Amino acid sequence: MQITSPDFKDNARIALQDVGLQKALGNVKTGFPHKRAAAIARLPEFEQLRDEARDLKNHIIEHLDLYLEAFEAKVLENGGHVHWCRTADEARQTILKICQDKQARTVTKGKSMVTEEINLNEYLEANGVTPVETDLGEYILQLRGEHPSHIIAPAIHLNLEDVSETFHAHHHKPKSMDPAVLMQEAREELRTKFVAADVGITGANFLVAETGSSIIVTNEGNGDLTQTLPKTHIVVTSIEKVVPTLEDMTLFLRLLARSATGQEFTVYNTLSTGPRRPGDQDGPEDYHVVLVDNGRSDMIASELREMLRCIRCAACMNHCPVYGAIGGHSYGWVYPGPMGSVLTPQMIGIEQAALLPNASTFCGKCESVCPVRIPLPKLMRHWRRDEFEKHLTPGAARWGLGVWSFVARRPALYRQLTRIGSRVLRSLAGKKGRISKLPLASGWTDGREMPAPSGKTFMQQWQEQQKARQSS
Amino acid sequence: MSKAEILGRIGRGLGRIEPTAAERERVAARLAAKARNAIPARAQLPEAERQALFIEMAREAAAEVIELSSLQQVPSAVANWLQQTGIDELVVASDNPLPELCKQLPETLRVRQGVAQAGDLASLTLSFLGIAETGTLMLYSRPESPTTLNFLPDNHLVILQRSDIVGVYEEAWSQLRARYPDSLPRTVNMITGPSRSADIEQKLQMGAHGPRRLVIFLVA
Amino acid sequence: MKPNNNPPVIGLFITCLADLYRPEVGFATIKLLEQAGCRVEVPEQQTCCGQPAFNSGDFSTSADIARQTIAALDGYAYVVAPSGSCISMLHHYPELFDDQDPWKARAESLKARAYEITSFLVDVLHAELPNQPYSGTVTYHDSCSGLRELGIKQQPRQLLAQLEGVELKEMEESETCCGFGGTFCVKYPDISNRMVSNKTDNIVNAGAKTLLGGDLGCLLNMAGKLQRQGHAVEVRHVVEVLAGMTDQPALGETQSSIKAG
Repeated sequence: MQITSPDFKDNARIALQDVGLQKALGNVKTGFPHKRAAAIARLPEFEQLRDEARDLKNHIIEHLDLYLEAFEAKVLENGGHVHWCRTADEARQTILKICQDKQARTVTKGKSMVTEEINLNEYLEANGVTPVETDLGEYILQLRGEHPSHIIAPAIHLNLEDVSETFHAHHHKPKSMDPAVLMQEAREELRTKFVAADVGITGANFLVAETGSSIIVTNEGNGDLTQTLPKTHIVVTSIEKVVPTLEDMTLFLRLLARSATGQEFTVYNTLSTGPRRPGDQDGPEDYHVVLVDNGRSDMIASELREMLRCIRCAACMNHCPVYGAIGGHSYGWVYPGPMGSVLTPQMIGIEQAALLPNASTFCGKCESVCPVRIPLPKLMRHWRRDEFEKHLTPGAARWGLGVWSFVARRPALYRQLTRIGSRVLRSLAGKKGRISKLPLASGWTDGREMPAPSGKTFMQQWQEQQKARQSS
Repeated sequence: MSKAEILGRIGRGLGRIEPTAAERERVAARLAAKARNAIPARAQLPEAERQALFIEMAREAAAEVIELSSLQQVPSAVANWLQQTGIDELVVASDNPLPELCKQLPETLRVRQGVAQAGDLASLTLSFLGIAETGTLMLYSRPESPTTLNFLPDNHLVILQRSDIVGVYEEAWSQLRARYPDSLPRTVNMITGPSRSADIEQKLQMGAHGPRRLVIFLVA
Repeated sequence: MKPNNNPPVIGLFITCLADLYRPEVGFATIKLLEQAGCRVEVPEQQTCCGQPAFNSGDFSTSADIARQTIAALDGYAYVVAPSGSCISMLHHYPELFDDQDPWKARAESLKARAYEITSFLVDVLHAELPNQPYSGTVTYHDSCSGLRELGIKQQPRQLLAQLEGVELKEMEESETCCGFGGTFCVKYPDISNRMVSNKTDNIVNAGAKTLLGGDLGCLLNMAGKLQRQGHAVEVRHVVEVLAGMTDQPALGETQSSIKAG
């Protein structure tokens, strides 16, 4: 997909004026956070589970190579294949090669953000393999030629009218505004695709080292049909998804659904272990796991290591007031919201993604809901530091900061300038208590008044008081 | 050799080239111990309350639970449900006691064994376990019980023995391991209610791609 | 208040916004501390806490300012500021120094002594406030840093509940960010503007006469928006009400006279 992260500000401005988008975004705010809160209220152990999940993820990352090797050994033992891919390009080629070896013409796909990350669909299509998205949201987006704006609710930026029009254009059926009817149409359209597909591609929420299993978590059942019906099942996933045992996977499952959709448990939690067994009447004959690195191993040595704990629940974006205002497409690449603002610079380069880690008030809501306690503001600050040190910070901001820090390090000068500042602002306000237009602060005064100070700083008044006291 | 390269990068990121003996031991120990993490208290209950919790949670997830006092009641209960729903066909798994039970289904019902096909209206399978914590069924693939039965038909009918209801997921893993000590079945399905999607305007609709209805015949 | 022969000496960290924009907040803070039996000093070598540099990724300047602030606030039993945001920044200081750096220990010491005013009054002093003549309905905005980094939620409410004339009418989403975010509001004015508009909707819907909060940055932002939108809700720092110093015009309102000393 085309990267538009450098245009973040323009994207955001357009998004703020998009009436349809703003209506759709209203559904995020009223839906997920309330459901999450209600689910957590029913599980008194939730905070303890978060602590354990954080600690367990840290343990896994500290032994990541060992767990990946253990996982691979088990997959091979069960008759599956494991492909290690350092880059997105290598992953795409590996997947295409498997498809070509099977002479595949169509592949069905379960929802997978890693396949978005490696831009798989366009690549397959360009090479004569037709990918069919089967998650309802992803299916809608594929018909519209769009990309997900959210990592678990990909079409959350659309309204019913949008889906209705899209289906009407593609399904050649009477236009309906009933979501149930629309879903039924998609169900029928996709049923034939599920059966006809040569290869099924899914992601994985976790990989279990103990058993060599991958697990997918879905509500629709599309992932299960995707991985059961075709002759070949390819799991496209990333290296940090491995967990030691089924018990350890369970810890994360208890957190995942509640943090994501606010469900007690997702409808289908499905473990896949190798290809079909002797005597099995269905299931894939081949089972491939494509393990994607794509910059992740480079995160281990830095503060960003903590980001590798992420289990992709989307709680951070569901609760983010910035995401809630502008939606996911504004971020300009695959991963939106706070987790994206940490991950995207690693994957597309901080030069292109420079605006993202700055697009946060550091309100800390994301960190407060993260099931694995990733300090997202701290990691965004990590990137801001990187930008500052690489001189990527915009010139005006850098100059302003330089002047400010020169003054802030000189208390006497600071005192003088604040005195002057207070007086100047006071006089600009005239008889009013506030300033409506301030040339150098139009970012502020375009949208709001600037309350004016009283004309004398606290320090000034305090010192005057002290003098008065001493002389009396 | 991307594998070596990735493992090398991980090792360097961790500040070492090869894993230490202590690290290898820690990993081996964790994989062998299969230790449990914190487990919610709410599902650690005596039998009767555990079964009641299962029913409550399964219904909350929109599964239908039909309580029966014996296995002998299953054929008529299934037949009734299908008749009320207006369905006259059924595809079934073949493990015991299903073949015996199916002989008692009305002759007007077209019954088939084997995999499910697109367009099938109803399937009948056994459930390995029920998990009270969230009203979840655990099923797994085997020659007698193909996975497609759990996903393709419009209605999925499942027989679960009351005595097979455990409290929490961890108990289910222990029982599954006891049955399959070397390698898990190809597919293990944990199913909590029927298929659904909220991808259109975040409004929940039932019956996305999997079964529209999940019916649990709970047998004492 | 009970007489105290050996009162704790508090170093007031005035914060740059209170110093420049709202001296009343400083005087109200001093009054509250003195009422509770403390002695208050205002160290002269303080400027800003350094948060703008820290959040812009300029860690070298942040460390310079941290050293200056640590030195200025040395020796006080407690350091108190009328801001959760600035105190949170003081709590970040240890992150700016390596373990071997002697400044690290001094930063840790400051962190252990540094409190936001409402938290200090409630959690450390268990203060009982004298009643104040102020009467009216108020709504309270929970500023992010204080709320999530320092756990300030009930403290200002407990203090307000001690005043007979104050009726608290909670707004919807009082914990949602107002969109100020320091330099965020000028770097991303469009997004900030939307966030503060959402906020003022909730404020107005609460139907209170006065909006209170514990951080001037947020309060200036919300006051500026309310006034641009033409709403009559007045905006004050919570200490002004707690100290009974509401004879001054509210933020952005016309000053009739400036009381100095």
